[in-house]
Amino acid sequence: MIETLLQGVLLGGLYCLFALGQSLMFGVMRLTNTAQGDFIVLGAYAAIAASSVLAVSPWLLAVALLPLAFGFGYLLQRLVLNGTLGRDPLPSLVVTFGLSMVIQNGLLEAFSADPRSIETAGLNTQSLALPGGVAVGVLPLLIFAIAAAATAGLQWFFGHTNMGLAFRAVSDDREIAEAMGLDAHRVYARATGMAFGLIALAGVLQAMRTTVAPSDGPLLLLFAFESVIIGGMGSFWGTFVGALLLGTTQQIGFRLDPGWGIWLGHIVFLGVLVVRPQGLFPRTRG
Amino acid sequence: MSALLRTSGLTAFYGDAQALFGIDFALEAGETIAVIGANGAGKSTFLKSLTGLVRSLGGQIELRGKTIVGLPPGEIVRRGIALVPEGRRLFPSLSVEENLRMGAFARRPGPWTLERVYSMFPALRARRQAPATALSGGQQQMAAIGRALMSNPDVLLCDELSLGLAPIVVREIYAALPQICAEGMTVVIVEQDVATAQQMSRHLYCFQEGRVALQGESAALSREQISQAYFGI
Amino acid sequence: MTPAASLPGDRAAPPPGPLRVRRSGRGSRSAAVAALLLVAAAATMPWWAPEDSASSWMRSLVEFSCYLMFAVMWNLLAGYGGMVSIGQQAWFGLGGYTMLMLANFGGINPFVAVPLGAVLAGAVAVPVSFVAFRLQGGYFAIGSWVIAEVFRLGFANLSAVGGGSGTSLTALRGISKATRELATYGIALASAVAMVALVYLFLRSRRGLALLAIRDNEVAAESQGIDVRGMKLAVYVAAALGTGLAGALYFVGNLRISPDAAFQVNWSAFAIFMVVIGGIGRIEGPLVGAAVFFALNRFLGDYGTWYLLGLGLLAIVVTIRFKQGLWGWVQQRTALNLFPIQRILDPGVDDARH
Repeated sequence: MIETLLQGVLLGGLYCLFALGQSLMFGVMRLTNTAQGDFIVLGAYAAIAASSVLAVSPWLLAVALLPLAFGFGYLLQRLVLNGTLGRDPLPSLVVTFGLSMVIQNGLLEAFSADPRSIETAGLNTQSLALPGGVAVGVLPLLIFAIAAAATAGLQWFFGHTNMGLAFRAVSDDREIAEAMGLDAHRVYARATGMAFGLIALAGVLQAMRTTVAPSDGPLLLLFAFESVIIGGMGSFWGTFVGALLLGTTQQIGFRLDPGWGIWLGHIVFLGVLVVRPQGLFPRTRG
Repeated sequence: MSALLRTSGLTAFYGDAQALFGIDFALEAGETIAVIGANGAGKSTFLKSLTGLVRSLGGQIELRGKTIVGLPPGEIVRRGIALVPEGRRLFPSLSVEENLRMGAFARRPGPWTLERVYSMFPALRARRQAPATALSGGQQQMAAIGRALMSNPDVLLCDELSLGLAPIVVREIYAALPQICAEGMTVVIVEQDVATAQQMSRHLYCFQEGRVALQGESAALSREQISQAYFGI
Repeated sequence: MTPAASLPGDRAAPPPGPLRVRRSGRGSRSAAVAALLLVAAAATMPWWAPEDSASSWMRSLVEFSCYLMFAVMWNLLAGYGGMVSIGQQAWFGLGGYTMLMLANFGGINPFVAVPLGAVLAGAVAVPVSFVAFRLQGGYFAIGSWVIAEVFRLGFANLSAVGGGSGTSLTALRGISKATRELATYGIALASAVAMVALVYLFLRSRRGLALLAIRDNEVAAESQGIDVRGMKLAVYVAAALGTGLAGALYFVGNLRISPDAAFQVNWSAFAIFMVVIGGIGRIEGPLVGAAVFFALNRFLGDYGTWYLLGLGLLAIVVTIRFKQGLWGWVQQRTALNLFPIQRILDPGVDDARH
């Protein structure tokens, strides 16, 4: 039982990385990116393609991918997504949905439907023995640590940097923030750039941990979304906890019956919605 | 005499609805001008047009002789016009100090710093880390004024400082105005409280349904004149 | 109006005389005639179509009807109810599975089971709305998808209906192919026409006006005495019912059901594209969009992934460039309004001239 819980918590670490980018984008600009999961898969495939050509460690690839992802996200926001923002959620929903279709089918054409993964030189099978006779995977542990670090980093960035201050101001009141001299479109683009850095990181780690296929996107989106809602919107640590809870719930479900793992996660998510719709750790807005 | 800020034939639209119908307005450096009028007369729209928050404009706005119509609000702040918005509109999830720091985003050279704002409004210093929403109405108004001052503007636009505040608090807020004007700040105050407006300003404009119905020296205008212009009778 | 002192710039006073509220224009009247002709042609098609194509044409039209009904209901929910959902496939699949289970296990005639499936979908939507309405905007959309996934996984684990691989509609085995096809065709056509007509009539009514008010500004609508919660629930349930009907019909025509086919998110994706291309919040939107979509499907469907990729790009471009959808763009250019639900104020029209 302890092992199930531990595995669930570590799985939650990965889900947190899926979710942070979404939490960031929704928090700053109220944009729902339905292609979140597909972009994670895209990032994974970018790393897979690169690793088949260059014989470098996947960790190096991940680091190299980050600035590229930032630039990609920045341009995407500036050229495509900024035009969809507004009171109506439909344009951003449709555009990101369209992007989802483009990515899935593009990847299908480029890579075929066979699941692929990144060579980790055995890292994904190594395990660590903990006191009490319990063993955990080294890679999941690393992913968990990275997720915690990313969450702490984001929280710190928002609270202690000028750019973070700008993010929060423009999220509170875009009009007055612009009256203070902020260029909202540039701020949004930077936020999306950061979100995509997280997305790329999540993609690479996912491909290291398991296999990816072009149609995996939607499910990853749902996990990200559920983590954000369970944890409560407006709080990165909330997203972290929400992701851990989701991962744990799913693992418990898998233990009971392999067919019900994901289903149990959905049910818990819906349960949280009914009982505490603002999530477990919401940040109240004035 | 060349005015610091001048508008000629200014019109403003919200979509298809016209809110201003040709405003002629002039502001000399260092003076304090009041704009009064009933609800919906176009006072706030006028200030928003000056700062670029209303973009659908016609006519002319000139700052130091250079046209600023159509510029984005960020650019207008950089050129020296700052707004204390109607209803304060502090950033709710930011602390008092963070709100003030946001005002300095488009920083210009000048005497106003965090320290100076705190010495003018000691109540803010005491609550500098508190979330902006935890302040009383009067303190929020002080913070909003401080935030606007942080960019070291040449022109300070104050939209209904007295809104929702008790008279004693209003007096306290307006007591800070001479300090602000002492170094030559040019101020426009939009007010519904006619007495305060007349008292604090040298010139006065009265708006009625998007037009200037009356203007003149504050001290020289009589109550009847103002009532007539205010209510359009 | 008291004659106040006129201020400079006063616009000319409105012309004297009675003001009439007009509903339809010339364009809509000719469109109504054209529509009636089309429906008549479709209704009699089994008799005038060439022998070897009648069957496949009927199958195509049944499929088209189902897509159309899905899109009309999605448009009602999103464009008029203001609730954008990517989980309407939940009701589509639920309607289909209910029909199948009633027919296969309950011994009920499948064609009778179709409306029953729809009714059940509508009924289940009531408790589900308590969960769904906790979310707003973009998150409501994704939440609705989660609900659809719950349904999908639930049915995929139900061995009585074949679990993940699905099962066949055995209850129709005794009926001849010709009868089955004709019955399915007739019901599908009648359902589609009735649905479009009902939605149109509803939106012309006072209740429909209330719905539009809610869409534009919920708070203002509430202050006018409109029961916002009640209307939203009614629209949500109605959309579930209509979508369930489409689903039940689709699988009567398909004869085979599986969780992936019944609950795939592609249904919502296609509905969105149909309505976006046709124009959201307009009644003709789903019609135009479905027609365009179906044409694309026929000619380009064989290209599989490239076709879908192109569809995605099309949706992106149309959303960004033509904010009112392609049909909305046409409407602006030509002021053509085929399904008039506005009330146009005609100043100074003589009552004697109708």
